[in-house]
Amino acid sequence: MSKLRQWIVLSLLLLLLGGLIVSYKVIWLGYPLMPDTSSEVWTVQVSLRIQPEDGPVRAELQLPSRSRGFTLSRENFISRGFGLTLDEETFRRQAQWAVRELHEARTLYYRATVIPETRQRRFARRPEKPQRPQLEEPFATALADIVAEVREESADPESFAASILFSLNNAASDENIKLFLSEMENQRERVGLARMLLAEAGIPSLQIHGILLQNEVQRAAVKTLLAVYDGDDWLLFDPGTGHRGLPEGFMIWWRGDEPLAKVSGAQLKDVQISIRQNVESALELAFDRVGLSNSSIGRISILQLPVHIQSVYEVLLLVPFGILVIVFLRNFVGFSSFGTFAPVLIALAFRETELLKGILLFILIVSLGLFFRFYLERLRLLLVPRLAAVVTIVVLLMTTISIISYQLGAETGLSISLFPMVIISMVIERMSIVWEERGALTSIREGFGSLMMAALAFMVMSLDILAYWVTVFPEINLIVLGIIVASGRYTGFRITELFRFRQLSDGNP
Amino acid sequence: MVTGRIRQLKRSGVLGMNCRNGKYIMPFNRRHFYPLVDDKLLCKKRLQEQGLAVPGLIGVARWMRQAAQIDQLLSGHNEFVIKPAHGSGGDGILVITDRKSDYFVTSDGMLVQHADLEHHLTNVIGGLYSLGGQPDVAMIESLVHFDPAFSDLTYHGVPDIRVIVYRGYPVMAMTRLPTRQSHGKANLHRGAIGVGIDLCSGITVGGVSGNDPISKHPDTGAAVAGFQIPHWSRIVSMAASCFEAVALGYLGVDIVLDRDLGPLILELNARPGLNIQIANRRGLCSRLDAVDELDDWDQSSEKRVEWACRTFGEPGSDLLTQAPGALDLEQLESE
Repeated sequence: MSKLRQWIVLSLLLLLLGGLIVSYKVIWLGYPLMPDTSSEVWTVQVSLRIQPEDGPVRAELQLPSRSRGFTLSRENFISRGFGLTLDEETFRRQAQWAVRELHEARTLYYRATVIPETRQRRFARRPEKPQRPQLEEPFATALADIVAEVREESADPESFAASILFSLNNAASDENIKLFLSEMENQRERVGLARMLLAEAGIPSLQIHGILLQNEVQRAAVKTLLAVYDGDDWLLFDPGTGHRGLPEGFMIWWRGDEPLAKVSGAQLKDVQISIRQNVESALELAFDRVGLSNSSIGRISILQLPVHIQSVYEVLLLVPFGILVIVFLRNFVGFSSFGTFAPVLIALAFRETELLKGILLFILIVSLGLFFRFYLERLRLLLVPRLAAVVTIVVLLMTTISIISYQLGAETGLSISLFPMVIISMVIERMSIVWEERGALTSIREGFGSLMMAALAFMVMSLDILAYWVTVFPEINLIVLGIIVASGRYTGFRITELFRFRQLSDGNP
Repeated sequence: MVTGRIRQLKRSGVLGMNCRNGKYIMPFNRRHFYPLVDDKLLCKKRLQEQGLAVPGLIGVARWMRQAAQIDQLLSGHNEFVIKPAHGSGGDGILVITDRKSDYFVTSDGMLVQHADLEHHLTNVIGGLYSLGGQPDVAMIESLVHFDPAFSDLTYHGVPDIRVIVYRGYPVMAMTRLPTRQSHGKANLHRGAIGVGIDLCSGITVGGVSGNDPISKHPDTGAAVAGFQIPHWSRIVSMAASCFEAVALGYLGVDIVLDRDLGPLILELNARPGLNIQIANRRGLCSRLDAVDELDDWDQSSEKRVEWACRTFGEPGSDLLTQAPGALDLEQLESE
């Protein structure tokens, strides 16, 4: 690869790398691209009220396991006196409380914070082929009849399941279905019937239990969905309505035929699920998610650093943006300034003083400094001592301005201490030399040029969105680096040159 | 409007700053050779070794204490020029044309004291004018007495001639004429006027002050175009020979004409400015391209000058045979 082309590759690589990391964080980890977006967080609490009988008490609770659209961030158990064991698999999590003896009624609590998630994950494992149900007559024949009938009207497991649910919900016409339904009272048993029919047809199915996270509810109902395996993926049906798909806000809690809670050695008086909604900043949520997902890229963020270091890095990470502005102004627009990157440092000082006051203070210090510098010139000091004297004078001026402004009650004067005094001294020195060599006008013009560049760099660096980006996505500076590398090979005209060479632009070939 | 202007400038072959830096200076001027031109003392020695004429060196002040011993350094010279060896853009150059008891007379007629001179020397040695502010060396050169041919075209100070030499080929030339505004200095950004020169005949073609075209010298009122630069062929061949001395592919050669000594190379510049294009009303790009398109550019300096004259000279200019400068050229060609 020739040297000349390397910059393109390097620049593209940097852009791509930065872009990939940012989009990974945004798309996979759910880092918000814009600051101050908040999203919903649900706190779900299960309380089990148990009335002891004799002997040891055991309570089992199904815990939320992998869901679609939601993920757990924090969990805790309040169960004083009970021993707690957790039995965890990907698709099945269970808490078991046990106590040798219990004398009075108790309530066990489980609380979980649930956060929304965008990842689409499989919510149950690949099933085995179901066993055909063994029934007595007349049920066995009725079952076979229904299956045969439905099969004629359907093409695949999906339509089969849909039409079974339709038949069950509109059973008035079909004698065979009526036969089964006469035995059943509630929704759950209907799901059981639907599963039996599916099993007869050789289609795996599963009960999925969960709750709807839509409103704050004191006592939420467990909703059961029917999952049907079409040979490739699980399809969800609402057994009551026959609707396909995951209902909006449905959090999958547990799978299978077990109940939510089981108690032995005691009476389960009540199981209550309450749902509360809080709003958390989307960023905090993303961090919670990163903590859960063990993503090492997700941890690249200065928010993981101690707070006082964070603010330092926030400023440092903004500097490349200021420098990008300078690169643009110098190489594309064609401005010149005192000191290549001095405007960036001045702009950093503006962050503390606010723009207008910063500019006024800067002009004040530089003009006072120039005044003293002209006096020093007459003393014929050697270069380094003279520069040192200018720095000292600048420090004294800054102190004086601070003290006077404080006495007058203007707090902003205090922030002047953040001006880079050495940089200002160099600006004063360069300005005074240009003043003598090329005249006051050139000198003041170039001084204002530097100030304008600083102001522009400041305006870019003080964009809230950038401060947010560098904090959450420090890798965005790879993109900046890519742009800087690419702009280093820009050999076209600068905008000021369009005016400078205007004589050459028309007429002459 | 902006894109239109860009297209027009491209069509005129105007070289921009970014293009100069990226396509010509970086590939052709190896950093390794920069000290040869950035250090004027080194440059002067190098050019002398190559047999090229330069202004004489009176003395060198390297240390602060030498500033106090300026009389010793001057060894009786009453007219001289103090230059920072690492200066740029003409900063820190002090021209003394006479001495009256304790006072020195500068080129623009001002009187300065002995102590002012010392202070100037300490500033130079302290690095005030050098790139990056490193300590520097002050050169004291003998004053060039400019050729009286220029007297109508200059106001105090010494006009000089800038030739851009690309890979050894002279590609464009101009003369810089001091004005009242420039305080006798020949730097365009200080207000000197730039006048384009036909590369073959050495006849001026028209001037520019700042970025605006002018036809007359603002102080003397003389027309700037149509003036024959004396010793032109020697000037061009000297400029071309500088390539052998410093091996920089994109070079600005500054030459002055001394009344007695003829053309002298004042200094070389590894980053010559772009205003020469305005002075010549012509972009550099097409000429640089013409050099790049040569099959064999590694030729003797005479051949290079001859080629440049043929390629870049004003077509149909019969002044070629009439102008006194052209005589030299004919001699050169016959050699």
